[in-house]
Amino acid sequence: MNAPLIRTADLAKDYLLGDTRVPALQGVSLEIARGEFVAVMGPSGSGKSTFMNLLGCLDHPSGGEYWLDGEAVSRLSDDALAGLRNRRIGFVFQHFNLLPRTSALDNVALPLLYRGLSTAARHERAAQRLAQVGLSERIDHHPAQLSGGQQQRVAIARALVGDPALVLADEPTGALDSRTGIEIMALLQSLNRDGITVVLVTHERDIAAYASRIISFRDGRVVDDRTNARRDAGADFAALSA
Amino acid sequence: MNFYATLLIALKALRVNLLRSLLTMLGIIIGVAAVIVMIAVGSGAQEKVESQIKSLGSNLLMVFSASTSQGGARAAAGATHTISEDDAYAIARELPEYLVGTAPTLRGSGQVVAGNSNWSTTFFGVTPDYFDVREWSLAEGRAFEPAEVNGAAKVAVIGQTVATSLFGDASPIDQVIRIRTVPLTVIGVLASKGQNLSGNDQDDVILMPITTARNRVMGATALAKSRSVGSISIKAREGVDLKLAEEKVRDLLRQRHRLQPGQDDDFTLRNMTEMLQAREESSRVMAMLLAAVASVSLLVGGIGIMNIMLVSVTERTREIGLRRAVGARSGDILRQFLIEAITLSLIGGLIGVLLGLGGAQLIGEMAGWPIKLSPYATALAVSFAAAIGIFFGYYPARQAARLSPIEALRHE
Ligand SMILES: Nc1ncnc2c1ncn2[C@@H]1O[C@H](COP(=O)(O)OP(=O)(O)OP(=O)(O)O)[C@@H](O)[C@H]1O
Ligand SMILES: [Mg+2]
Repeated sequence: MNAPLIRTADLAKDYLLGDTRVPALQGVSLEIARGEFVAVMGPSGSGKSTFMNLLGCLDHPSGGEYWLDGEAVSRLSDDALAGLRNRRIGFVFQHFNLLPRTSALDNVALPLLYRGLSTAARHERAAQRLAQVGLSERIDHHPAQLSGGQQQRVAIARALVGDPALVLADEPTGALDSRTGIEIMALLQSLNRDGITVVLVTHERDIAAYASRIISFRDGRVVDDRTNARRDAGADFAALSA
Repeated sequence: MNFYATLLIALKALRVNLLRSLLTMLGIIIGVAAVIVMIAVGSGAQEKVESQIKSLGSNLLMVFSASTSQGGARAAAGATHTISEDDAYAIARELPEYLVGTAPTLRGSGQVVAGNSNWSTTFFGVTPDYFDVREWSLAEGRAFEPAEVNGAAKVAVIGQTVATSLFGDASPIDQVIRIRTVPLTVIGVLASKGQNLSGNDQDDVILMPITTARNRVMGATALAKSRSVGSISIKAREGVDLKLAEEKVRDLLRQRHRLQPGQDDDFTLRNMTEMLQAREESSRVMAMLLAAVASVSLLVGGIGIMNIMLVSVTERTREIGLRRAVGARSGDILRQFLIEAITLSLIGGLIGVLLGLGGAQLIGEMAGWPIKLSPYATALAVSFAAAIGIFFGYYPARQAARLSPIEALRHE
């Protein structure tokens, strides 16, 4: 049971642009243990999103291996990957990706739709998660009726609703002002304290400072990997609000 | 992912673009409505013609005297009919291998009185064979005997309409009716046949022996002196080529009337069954035309659905990506869009059914056509609409299902 949640060996991804091969990821080998809070950094085009997509089982690697919780993911079928995403992984996106004209409750409940749960069961669990992110009052609001920070909190509730082991967030604060960004980081830190492993991509040092480990990419390779004495986002946010 | 939840998603997606959804359904609506109307009109017409052929008597040839069929000129001049009772008997005698029987008929009209009631009706002077040739059966009482024809007996068999008009619910048997002051005893009542081809009530009729009609009722006219008749009904044998029988009758009559080759017939010969079938044919052509409209409309409707579903897939690419990311399998996406297309076409189909049922009633009333609504046809039209949804919805749904999750999520 002490196996790392994430283990990659020589993980590689090439994109084909016409006839040319674009190597987006060139042999990444690393381990992320259960309960870590990892920030992935690096210049634009360095392969961060490509790496996250592979971790999220959204894409097949061109080479190498990836074990999620001991399970070799590279060889799974598309349907098996969909099941894995549904049960083990929560996604948070830069632009929230909420369904328009759909209530916060239904947005959060969406992943459970693909588990065949009844409407009542889905709504009950979605309501719990909305309460956890402090949006109990906004259950019936549509995304257009919510602020950016609130939308991202709905998205986080959606990522949590399936009780995942891993939350992947590609630039979750990229579309938010810095104060709201810190608020979102406080929320992610509190999830992490509950035992969920968080991997997030960010361009901002200030945001990466809330992670317990920072991995840096360049040209599709890991160039730096260090632990970080993380700041407490909750305290920072409280200080800002005071 | 359960069906009900998928259906709700589909309904919601269609409601978001309500006008667009309705416009997309239009082709299906029109197509299905046309199918319903087509089948209602087609089978209504067919049923009517079939019942008319039945009521007229099958394999029926009719010979009309020229004076009745060529309009009033000769009749007004006081000429007698050009065909006679003897023509009828000669035809029966000479062509037994073609015919079952012949029935010479004299026709007249006038007031009929019974007690305080009177009624204006048509009467026919006929022979006992008439009942068989024209396939009349009796609801009550009996037909006349040959002896009654020979003796010009004062008896009559009356149709249902005459019976109820004169006697209400009471039995007319043994009652006395008067036509042109001649008293006739009712000995039978005909079973009802309803309307004929031209919409006339066939039950509004009185039958009497041909001799009675000629000698007693029409006695005063020049007609009474000859043995001429207005028409002869001829029933051909089952399985006989009606065209051939028609030719044989024509040759015989021309010979009897001493007509030279090249001279026009002085009678009119009609194949009644064929005429009715021609009518049926024309309503079938009408139905075919509607079928063509329906299939073109359904095809256009199907293409419309495909088009709008492709647009929808493009518009909702990010949604598809998101659904895939949170655990939808490509089969779930396929099903979602397929159900959406089927829902679109089914709702269109149901609206089309309502419109078609209403439209068929309306057309029936306005054009005076018989309409026959069939639940079978309705079910067929609805399943056809669903099939169109599946057929034209499959390609866009497959496009949606094939999107890779990251490509879809990256979509602008
Ligand atoms: N679908 C694709 N087709 C072709 N090339 C791609 C595709 N996706 C990414 N790439 C290329 O792969 C490389 C890595 O891209 P990736 O999106 O992982 O970078 P990133 O580190 O996330 O950058 P950013 O910080 O700008 O988001 C880039 O050179 C990019 O052009
Ligand atoms: Mg990126």
